[in-house]
Amino acid sequence: MPVGGRVSGLRARLGLGRRDALDGVVIVAGVIFAVAALPSLLSPYWVVNATIAFIYALVALGLGVLAGRVGLISLGQGAVLALGGWVGARLLFATSLPYPIAIIVAGLITMVMGTLIGLPALRVSGLYLALVTLMLAGAINVVLTDTNFPNGGKGFLGYNDISTGTPPSIRRPSIAASDPAFLRYTVIVVLVMFVLVLLHIRGKPGRAWAAIRQSEPAALAAGVNVTVYKMWAFALASFVTGVAGALLGSSSHVLYNYQFPTSQSIILFAVALMGGIYTMWGAVVAAFLFQIVPSLFTVWGISNDWATILFGVGALQVLTTAPAGIAHQFPRDMAKLGRLLFGLARRVAPAGGRAP
Amino acid sequence: MIEINDLTVRFGGVIPLDAMTVTFESGTCGLIGPNGAGKTTFFNVLSGFVRPSAGSVRAFGDNLLTMPHFRRARWGLRRTFQTEQAIEELSVFENVAMIHEHSRRSRASRRSDVLGAIEFVGLGVGPETKVGTLAVRERRLVEVARAVVGKPRLVLLDEPAAGLPDAETEHLGEVIRRIPGEIDALVILVDHDMDLVSACCGVTAVLDFGVVIAAGPTADVLRDPNVMRAYLGTEETV
Repeated sequence: MPVGGRVSGLRARLGLGRRDALDGVVIVAGVIFAVAALPSLLSPYWVVNATIAFIYALVALGLGVLAGRVGLISLGQGAVLALGGWVGARLLFATSLPYPIAIIVAGLITMVMGTLIGLPALRVSGLYLALVTLMLAGAINVVLTDTNFPNGGKGFLGYNDISTGTPPSIRRPSIAASDPAFLRYTVIVVLVMFVLVLLHIRGKPGRAWAAIRQSEPAALAAGVNVTVYKMWAFALASFVTGVAGALLGSSSHVLYNYQFPTSQSIILFAVALMGGIYTMWGAVVAAFLFQIVPSLFTVWGISNDWATILFGVGALQVLTTAPAGIAHQFPRDMAKLGRLLFGLARRVAPAGGRAP
Repeated sequence: MIEINDLTVRFGGVIPLDAMTVTFESGTCGLIGPNGAGKTTFFNVLSGFVRPSAGSVRAFGDNLLTMPHFRRARWGLRRTFQTEQAIEELSVFENVAMIHEHSRRSRASRRSDVLGAIEFVGLGVGPETKVGTLAVRERRLVEVARAVVGKPRLVLLDEPAAGLPDAETEHLGEVIRRIPGEIDALVILVDHDMDLVSACCGVTAVLDFGVVIAAGPTADVLRDPNVMRAYLGTEETV
């Protein structure tokens, strides 16, 4: 059997389409590049920025599950990230759990809290859910301002009020103590989380979510327990966001409340929309927009307020002209541009041939 | 068999179903009536979207009204909607498979059951086709495939032929007629197309202002003077 035939046979057995196979190749190449080459290619500044960008890809991924799959608009995911950061830091200071276990436990604890935040979704939807989750995010912010993030202190809060000197660092895995190594580690964790979400989307929950997004009565008539599956979406989104929070703490060694303003939840939603909430690629694009663009602006000496303005205009543009976001629109636009250039070249070539 | 006794639904001062009493024995049963007669409300009661203020529904010996709505699909209740609700972003296969997943059938039988249901309705497109790319006729058939997969006991079809041209309605009629025999389910068909109802339904009940005004063999019911009056809107003379 020719290689092509064997490959397509394998694809068929795994239930994958041609498009999936292409995506798979791009993803494998991208991950190999990000793990093997990226950390050594980037300057220390960009290594840190790339790490944070990958972490925020998980937040955008969670938003994609909620808004893109189920149609639940949560403006509280920034606060869920902060919760993940708090729990992660607390666990990493208080226990000697192996790092992967610690961040999974942090994700699970955040999952429980994030699902509680999602409880209003059982009663309200649309704008009202957005408002309720935003208010809850504000409330969480108020509590965290009061309790502070753990910094190796004693007691339940783990906070030590020290005004001088550097606080102890939130630990990293021993195999990824340096910044480049931690970038590699983060890419792997992010990949695992993306696979986890992909398995959900391709499986029974994904089909149930698609039914809910289209029509709740039709989903109920199909036997979908809408309550359970909505909570499941909040649980999954909160889990990946919680893991992201734990990674974020280790990445920056110390967490402060001002890193998680309530407005961040709104910006995160705007960039998630811009990146595209209906595909997982959108989460990567969103993270790039959220972290890399402002950092570029900093390097270029442009005020960061312009980034906020850009996100506002971008969200407007997405909502009016390209609801599936950049991840969906950009390849199409490029293909259109390619066809246009190709057409122009063909029209010019014969004319050029006839010219004396 | 499904027995409906004194089923009453009130929305404030409006009474869409007023002590509706009817029994559907087996096969394909028609439920007709002018617009606003309460046909869809009746389906919504069976689906669990509307809570009746009085009355009972017993289907194959089970009390349907005490079951949580999402459980009814597992029990064997299926329905289609006036505006078709096949899920656009999923493929034909996934659309049908997701119903199977929430039925009582085992996972092992999923692939063959789903492909069987797609074949049953005579859909002319591949199971991997996205429903969003399909025409109305095909989406209607996907909905019917969703309604017959996973050994249903009671299939509610709410105007499945709405918006279909005659030739396609005829094909749909053939599919509907085969459901009782091949799927072993009781079908209740709501439609305004009397040719379709006559072709499919041995018995038919007529609702008017939430009251069953006639029930029996379809041909007799359609000739009933009360039914003609209800449709034509002439005043009832008693």
